Amino acid sequence: MSRSGEHFHPLSRLLHWLMALLILAMLFVGVSMVGDLSPRHTLLVGIHKLIGLALLVLVLIRIGVRLKYGAPALPGDLPALQRLAAKASHWLLYALMLAMPLIGWGMLSAGGYPIPLHLPALLPHDLKLYAVLRLAHGWLAYLLFATVLVHLAAALVHGLIRRDGVLRSMLSGR
Amino acid sequence: MSTPLQGSARLARLAAIGLLVTAVAAGFAYAAGWIGPDRLTPKRIIDTFMSQAGYYPGYRKNHAKGLCVSGYFQSSGLAAPLSRARVFSQPTVPVIGRFAIGGANPLAPDANIPTRSLAVQLRSDDGELWRTGMNTPPVLAVSTPEGFYEQVLAMTPDPATGKPDPAKLQAFFASHPESAAFRQWAKDYKSSDSFANSAFHSINAFRLIDTAGNARYVRWRMVPVAPFEPLPAQVNDKDYLQHDLQQRLGQGPLQWKLVLTLAEPGDPVDDPAQPWPAGRQEVDAGTLVIDQVYAKEAGACRDLNFDPLILPGGIEPSADPILAARSSAYAESFNRRSRESAGLGERS
Ligand code: HEM
Ligand code: HEM
Repeated sequence: MSRSGEHFHPLSRLLHWLMALLILAMLFVGVSMVGDLSPRHTLLVGIHKLIGLALLVLVLIRIGVRLKYGAPALPGDLPALQRLAAKASHWLLYALMLAMPLIGWGMLSAGGYPIPLHLPALLPHDLKLYAVLRLAHGWLAYLLFATVLVHLAAALVHGLIRRDGVLRSMLSGR
Repeated sequence: MSTPLQGSARLARLAAIGLLVTAVAAGFAYAAGWIGPDRLTPKRIIDTFMSQAGYYPGYRKNHAKGLCVSGYFQSSGLAAPLSRARVFSQPTVPVIGRFAIGGANPLAPDANIPTRSLAVQLRSDDGELWRTGMNTPPVLAVSTPEGFYEQVLAMTPDPATGKPDPAKLQAFFASHPESAAFRQWAKDYKSSDSFANSAFHSINAFRLIDTAGNARYVRWRMVPVAPFEPLPAQVNDKDYLQHDLQQRLGQGPLQWKLVLTLAEPGDPVDDPAQPWPAGRQEVDAGTLVIDQVYAKEAGACRDLNFDPLILPGGIEPSADPILAARSSAYAESFNRRSRESAGLGERS
């Protein structure tokens, strides 16, 4: 894994911002559709499943790109605790980005629901398993949202207050 | 290379960051309905069912009392020109079904409930699923989920009598003139003595899409082959319909014709309270054959959500708001009973 360079690879940046947008949309669509009784519910659930599966493909590509091109090193003067927090939160984000779509797919399988695009069932039809996955899909989504908020705040502190080049490394190549 | 900001500019920017994060979080809470105006949600509807009928963990939150059945559908081929769904051309399609009575109480006496239902899943050999839940009335009393909710509230059992308060019901119907067709049906309706000789209606309309992409609006119903016999005036067996079903299926399979009614332009395709004019073209799409019944709370139907929007390619929803509301409320019911059966609590 190379750590050279001050900026993320252009492909990494593209994936980062595209997925940031889609994941935020998924989180907002997800919590609003489950409380909605109108025909918007039908539309949003359909979109949610398709974008969710697209995000599964994107996260796999992204993990590959990350392994190939690496990431710029954090600033040398960053306190150890913040360094740890940065590493841990990035791991958590990757784990959740991978887990959420897989749980969505697995949950449809376990619930005996049809799966979009005629994809095969990931898991057997099992109501109790469905219950666990459906709860996990909800709670991990909240965890993902909280992590995204912390990530957003930290990025802005880097960019607007520390002004240490961390935010710029994801914004531009210059 | 890092030149940290200091002093009041730093404070101002920190505050701005805090404000932004709070605003995003508040937007999320608003989208989720945790803050903001009170809305009719699937959760509220299911809570209301449960507060009226009682808490029966693991059971469906409506149409709680029923039996799983199975069989097959033999398509006539006559509907194949109207819809590219494989179910209309495949000679024999396996079926999982469920006969039930309306209401959220799984212990209710069969004979007291005028609304009976049949839910079926057809799985065609192209892997597509079609789930449809059908009821005995041909129309609903209301046109919107809000109206439905008001109806449910008006039917709250009076603690003194255990029955809905007639004055409340009357007030509900008076303020919902769209219920005229339903009231007429209820007045004329004579309960039959069996699921086997009951007709079941889709009520909501759907769109059939043919191979060229042309759409036709339809409603469908299952028309029993078994002749009508009235329900006896006095029925003592609480599980009368279930025992009758088991007994009849012990003697041989039961059959229904799947009849499609095609709308004409201008018919109320998005309003489940309004019948379509008489004389609309009908198509006999095939025969549903039910040949097996399962023990109480057993069988493949139990762990299925008969969401009426699980449709194969070639059948699409209409814009009927009740149809969308059903899909949403059935998911909430399914989620809750799944949690209850896994011992993960009753609440969402
Ligand atoms: C990054 C990916 C995903 C995110 C962030 C996400 C997020 C969410 C959220 C926030 C909810 C609402 C949870 C609640 O309030 O209880 C939800 C519900 C749901 N998600 Fe996802 N999801 C993702 C992927 C998927 C995928 C891939 C599928 C299926 C293919 C899926 C299917 C569903 C379904 C069916 C529901 C609603 C279930 C119901 O009505 O009970 N999700 N999702
Ligand atoms: C807004 C109106 C309606 C609401 C909120 C509603 C709600 C529900 C709920 C929560 C269930 C339990 C689902 C499950 O856990 O699997 C159910 C079952 C059922 N409903 Fe409705 N319903 C509505 C209108 C209708 C209409 C118009 C029909 C028929 C045309 C219908 C037919 C059925 C049938 C057949 C079942 C039983 C499904 C089974 O046996 O599994 N419902 N309903």
